[in-house]
Amino acid sequence: MEPWPWYVSGPLIGLMVPLLLLLGNKTFGISSSLRHICAACFPVGISFFNYNWRKEIWNLVFVAGVAAGAWIAVQFLSSGAPVQVSPKLVQELSGYGINDYSSQTPKDLFNWTTLLSLKGFVLMVVGGFCVGFGTRYAGGCTSGHSIMGLSNLQWPSLVATICFMAGGFIVANLVLPFILKL
Amino acid sequence: MQQTAQETNTDFEVRSLDTVCLNESQLVHPAWYNIKYLIAGVLFGIILVKAQVISWFRIQEMFRLQSFHMYGVIGSAVVTGMIAVYIIKKTGVKTIHGEKVDLHPKPFSKGQIYGGLIFGFGWALTGACPGPLFALIGSGATVILVSLFSAVAGTWVYGLLRPKLPH
Repeated sequence: MEPWPWYVSGPLIGLMVPLLLLLGNKTFGISSSLRHICAACFPVGISFFNYNWRKEIWNLVFVAGVAAGAWIAVQFLSSGAPVQVSPKLVQELSGYGINDYSSQTPKDLFNWTTLLSLKGFVLMVVGGFCVGFGTRYAGGCTSGHSIMGLSNLQWPSLVATICFMAGGFIVANLVLPFILKL
Repeated sequence: MQQTAQETNTDFEVRSLDTVCLNESQLVHPAWYNIKYLIAGVLFGIILVKAQVISWFRIQEMFRLQSFHMYGVIGSAVVTGMIAVYIIKKTGVKTIHGEKVDLHPKPFSKGQIYGGLIFGFGWALTGACPGPLFALIGSGATVILVSLFSAVAGTWVYGLLRPKLPH
């Protein structure tokens, strides 16, 4: 079945929280791995990266597992059917020449050739930078705040989640149309 | 002893700077014990792909209020997590190594607003939060390696500018 319905996949994602807590007292989160990579590879005396990252190596192993799991899912558990999205979105995107739904990222936008165009640069490089900068500034991402933080009833995580969504609404509706026209 | 004191300090520093996604365990295990997190990661990666949470199309649908799918996924994940954390707190269940489960509060900072908005901008552009960045690379979208590298650079620049930013 493509995709797994929300009432199956959502609870499975939620179960990652107790799984990691019970496996070894680990709080669920992904964006910290980016910080550990900085601490391990280029700390250059920045105090924010001066900590014992080896103690957090489990998080790097976890994200390596995420990549491996995605590979397994695509190789062995996928029918190869195109992504089914709302007809309204299909109509809007076709106006920008985006018609390929064969993979989960639009191949028309995200490839090594478009990377060299202004549009591709903004989507992949500027977008990636905002993800790394913003998640660390906020102290967590969708996993660490929206799922782990809200599960533990932390109101600052609710503030963060509302801001994630607000930022996304602004860019997706007001800014992205201009970028896709580039 | 000196070494221990120093390590404790460093940990405090990490916590005061950044309250999420930390290793709460005080136990020391051989490195191969990390294989359990590899397996947990594999499960998470499979779920992310099968739920299509890693899809740029699904993220655009979400931000245009054109589909309930993503809201259902995140909402039911949070409810499941809440129930699980409540049960863990109520029953005082221990980890598989017999440790007490530690849950720490996340103090508020203005970073959750400014950083949250900036992450939201990036989420709408790349169509991926950090988990999906790793999953997309594994799924075969190799160009997303560039986005991941850029995200590492963003984290690094945050670390550099941190003393000058409002918190």
